[in-house]
Amino acid sequence: MPRNLWLERILWILAAPLLALALTVLVALPSGAPPLETLRILVLGGLGSMTKFGQVLTVFVPLMLCSAGLLIPFTARLWNIGIEGQVVLGAIFCTGTLMPVDQGGPWHIALALAAGMLGGALWALLAGVLKTWGRVHEIFSGLGLNFVAMGLTIWLIFGPWKRPGVASMSGTAPFDPSLWLDRMGRLASSWTALALACAGLALVAWLLLRTQWGLGLKAVGQNPKAARLFDLSPRRRMLQAFALCGALGGLAGAVQVLGVYHRLLPSISSGYGYTALLVGMMASFRILPVPFICFFFAVLNVGSIQLPLQLNLDSSLSGVIQGLMVLSVFITQGLRSWLIRRREGC
Amino acid sequence: MKRFLVSLGLSALLLCPSMAMAKDLTIGLILVGPYNDKGYSQAQYEGGKYVEEKLPGAKLIYLDKVNPADRPGLTIPQVVDDLVEKGADLIIAGSDDMKDGIREAASLHPDKTFIHVSGDDVLTGKAPANLGNLFGRMEYGKMMAGFCAALTSKTGKVAYLGPLINEETRRLAASAFLGARYAWTEVLGKKAEDLQFKVSWIGFWFNIPGVTTDPTQVANSFFDGGYDVVISGIDTPEAVTVARQKRDQGRDAWAIPYDYALACEGQGPACIGVPYFNWGPSFLRQAKAVQDGAWKQDFEWNAPHWADINDHDASPVGFMAGEGLTAENKARLDAFVAGLGSHEINLFKGPLNFQDGTVFLKDGEKATDEQVWSLPQLLEGMEGQSSAK
Repeated sequence: MPRNLWLERILWILAAPLLALALTVLVALPSGAPPLETLRILVLGGLGSMTKFGQVLTVFVPLMLCSAGLLIPFTARLWNIGIEGQVVLGAIFCTGTLMPVDQGGPWHIALALAAGMLGGALWALLAGVLKTWGRVHEIFSGLGLNFVAMGLTIWLIFGPWKRPGVASMSGTAPFDPSLWLDRMGRLASSWTALALACAGLALVAWLLLRTQWGLGLKAVGQNPKAARLFDLSPRRRMLQAFALCGALGGLAGAVQVLGVYHRLLPSISSGYGYTALLVGMMASFRILPVPFICFFFAVLNVGSIQLPLQLNLDSSLSGVIQGLMVLSVFITQGLRSWLIRRREGC
Repeated sequence: MKRFLVSLGLSALLLCPSMAMAKDLTIGLILVGPYNDKGYSQAQYEGGKYVEEKLPGAKLIYLDKVNPADRPGLTIPQVVDDLVEKGADLIIAGSDDMKDGIREAASLHPDKTFIHVSGDDVLTGKAPANLGNLFGRMEYGKMMAGFCAALTSKTGKVAYLGPLINEETRRLAASAFLGARYAWTEVLGKKAEDLQFKVSWIGFWFNIPGVTTDPTQVANSFFDGGYDVVISGIDTPEAVTVARQKRDQGRDAWAIPYDYALACEGQGPACIGVPYFNWGPSFLRQAKAVQDGAWKQDFEWNAPHWADINDHDASPVGFMAGEGLTAENKARLDAFVAGLGSHEINLFKGPLNFQDGTVFLKDGEKATDEQVWSLPQLLEGMEGQSSAK
């Protein structure tokens, strides 16, 4: 009997990727893309060489930070959709910290990373306060704040932080290389960034699984009224959850500035906040699958340039595939629980 | 000794065929917009295709839409890594936006040759030894655009739909203004102060919804504000599309698109003409030099081929007249082009003042290349921002 159960579980886990594959084939066929070839090129495009692997890591780090961060508010059943704006604010605070200096060293970088975390946390607290005191649903406030963050970046780039004599969306003047994150040899990624992402994940795992605080947060998520009765101060916990998540998002933004673009530009977040929401959904907000999904999405993201380079396809197809995967997980999970309910009903 | 001679002969034999045949050369082209944008990027794409056609052994690989809005998370050094992996020997970066990225990539790949189109790292001394600059003297194309605009306008109000603000865009807008003023005063014999020339900037080379100002709206407001000719400085053809719509409503409206030789095609009398880049000849020269191992770092700023500015095999910059240009004005344009070519007409010649009234060129003084290249302000008589607020 247990063996059968295991088999069933494995089959269900396999069902999602298989369904995703089938859907991908369906989508790819009309656009004239050979489906299996497309997938092969996507995966090889991300893992085909060390250079590519380095690029995958540069996507993996901010995605991992955001996804790990999102797990915290979700434990309290909060959808921090404002993570995108928190990434942007992290980037803004980080850039602002380094603006006055021409050159620097590790201390400047550390300070800028901390400033990024502060920026993200403050922006998240705004959504948090609106939720806990203003009764504004965090999805609406978060989305609104994302737009505000975007507007703020554009204003800074066109206004106070413009390059001399220039008004261009291409961003602020790049920082001196002494203010960039280290590089892994010739690879695009950085050890510091990777270490930060791993530390972020470890911190979240420890907080949620091993501390009383995490348990309390879970209780707040499952029954806020009971949580209040048990003196778990749900408001404070919710705000803490927002701030922690925002700090991790802000850190991702700072890494984008210091390690990837070396300046502030309008789309500094690269949409990783939204992608992280997809990661969270696909993982059903459990910790274990998160790094793997992040890595896989990063591979797809980097491999997507190969579609126009090798197949003359638009690279947005990889985004479609990501979406189909999330959808497939939902469908198989829904189907499974429906079957279980039906079986129990009989 | 004998063995040595034999081996020498053998190796000579082995080496010969590879020396006689053209070496394979892969060109990696990085385009800022879509390869089929009927504008700036398509012009470069076709330049790359031209090299592929004319140079034996040449192969073109390209990636388009390389800008942070279309490809979030992608950086220029990453694109270059990919192109190098695909075998690129010569990498051409198309846009001013790629200046910092291509400099970084060039220093990471010192064994490859890099060309930054529209950049000036060689002038400023920031370029590593394997990075060159290339551009066409579009000033002349813009002067022709301004010239035709002023001749065509009935209201004497000419507008310039500007991209972002930097030295390049200031210099091009100013050139269009100088061409317009020349036509207005010297050809039509009207007073300079009766010509209105307004510049509005959208913030980037093309529309990025939510980030830039919408060029369609800007063009619309120009026409609604009495400007009957809009000269486009952006990479995409919104201005001429709007002009056509206005004409369909029975109004006088014309536009002058930019960048791409065939931009007037199918636009009817709304299109006066288009100043365009013809990258084929310059790309070919650079590619040949790399193939022969004779490439040298240079800041190349190429003037039109004056004998025939629309010679596809020779002229880096041209002006293609559209249906909107009358036969009379076409003849005036030809005379103007001849004058520019013979240097009888030099529009960057004093007295010229900057927008804030300070002196740019004293009476009779001619601007140097450097002065034109890095124009710090718009000129007196132009309306619009000279730099960010």
